[in-house]
Amino acid sequence: MQDRLAIKVDGVSMHFNMSAEKLDSLKEYFIKLVKRQLFFKDFVAVNNISLEIEKGEVFGIVGTNGSGKSTLLKIISGILKPTSGSVEINGVIAPLIELGAGFDGDLTARENIYLNGAILGYSKPFIEEHFDRIVDFAELRDFLDVPIKNYSSGMVARIAFAIATIIKPDILIVDEILSVGDFLFQQKCEQRINELMAGGTTVVIVSHSIEQIERLCDRVLWIEKGDQRMLGATGEVCEAYRNLQHT
Amino acid sequence: MLTELKELKRRNFLLYYLTARDFKVKYRRSVLGILWSVLNPLLMMFVVSAVFSYIFRQDIENFPVYLILGQVVFNFLSESTNLAMNSVLGAAPLIKKVYVPKYIFPFEKVLFSFVNFLISFIAVAIVLIIYQVPLSFTAFLLPLLMLYLFLFCLGIGLLLSSVAVLFRDIIHLYGVIITAWTYLTPIFYPVTALEGTFMRQVMEFNPMFHYVDYMRQIVLYHSVPSLTENLICIGFAVLLLAVGVFAFKKNQDKFILYI
Repeated sequence: MQDRLAIKVDGVSMHFNMSAEKLDSLKEYFIKLVKRQLFFKDFVAVNNISLEIEKGEVFGIVGTNGSGKSTLLKIISGILKPTSGSVEINGVIAPLIELGAGFDGDLTARENIYLNGAILGYSKPFIEEHFDRIVDFAELRDFLDVPIKNYSSGMVARIAFAIATIIKPDILIVDEILSVGDFLFQQKCEQRINELMAGGTTVVIVSHSIEQIERLCDRVLWIEKGDQRMLGATGEVCEAYRNLQHT
Repeated sequence: MLTELKELKRRNFLLYYLTARDFKVKYRRSVLGILWSVLNPLLMMFVVSAVFSYIFRQDIENFPVYLILGQVVFNFLSESTNLAMNSVLGAAPLIKKVYVPKYIFPFEKVLFSFVNFLISFIAVAIVLIIYQVPLSFTAFLLPLLMLYLFLFCLGIGLLLSSVAVLFRDIIHLYGVIITAWTYLTPIFYPVTALEGTFMRQVMEFNPMFHYVDYMRQIVLYHSVPSLTENLICIGFAVLLLAVGVFAFKKNQDKFILYI
């Protein structure tokens, strides 16, 4: 892969088996197998998408609900393996797909910072070194030793965002998370993303807020029902997408 | 396999934290805390030996020692494999959102049980002191047995965790299997009780019989297990590990579609 690229998605498709009934039990499985009734309805969540994202670029993905945006992001971050096609990644990814993944409600915020950091692949000295910055960013110092199950969702999001963006990742993947937290925190998140972008981080954003996409992104991909509808400069694509919404 | 081992080394901090979390969550709000890991096998031993020492009194010398050695070995198997079986399902929220190598989860559960297993040796030591059974140099073979057992349980854990994702039935089925297995293993009865029967032959195919027997030989009877006995123990461990790794690798990319 060329050095200038951060992400190269090549003809990626994702098919899901939507079995008419969910077969969770062995008995059902064998009965259906013997009766040759193991039919699956094929569902194409992402259909032959190719794109190249350059280093330092801020890339937006728009589309209506269920169009495959999150599936695509999960494929890029390695959570899902595509049915066909390939993804090449240059650098370290920090996925902000759903905030608070890997938090354990019974543990305190302090313990969760270490646990979550470890899940993201940080080392212990690294977390210790940046612990104060994480806590300051989240503004939750007074609640550090409270089990996280007693936190509000906004507070969880603050901690999670703070942990995930404490490093300067090569690639930051943001899925609809800026809609949590109060407006002050949203501004703070956006500011942090701007800082990272200025530092050369590649950002991929999924959002339903076109304003946000227009404000942040260089290029935008519009997908609809898994198909690529449009790929190009932010202005054009957002304009076209907005027209769809109004009709 | 080599890349996985490297990855594991890079992730050892995660393993450490997940294990530490399990301990914290397990003993949260309990007054005695980790002491329960010692008290549990000890209390269990007293209860069982109170009953069975009347039945097998003549057959087994140092019955409480005989009993607790069998128990700690079997408990490690039953705890580690049960936890590992549910580990991938339990980590579902995580697996859906972040990329983490999935074998971390069963591995961590076996590791957690292993630490518990090590702690339970305090209980073993207490019983050895109470019944004044001396240790001999043969006890130095203990790490070897622990290694065999660890690999054996890891293999079963990997196998069960991947199968349980696809078929939840296995969770119910394994509950029955582990109970049957407890009775099939000479934990509280002497294997000589089966001498000359068909079951004695079946016993040779029970890996847990060999591991429990190994344990008693080196701790209680002060004898060095023969080369054959060692090879059998290694054989079962390697076989199960190979099956487990194979099943897990084959299915791991499908997990996310079923959890």
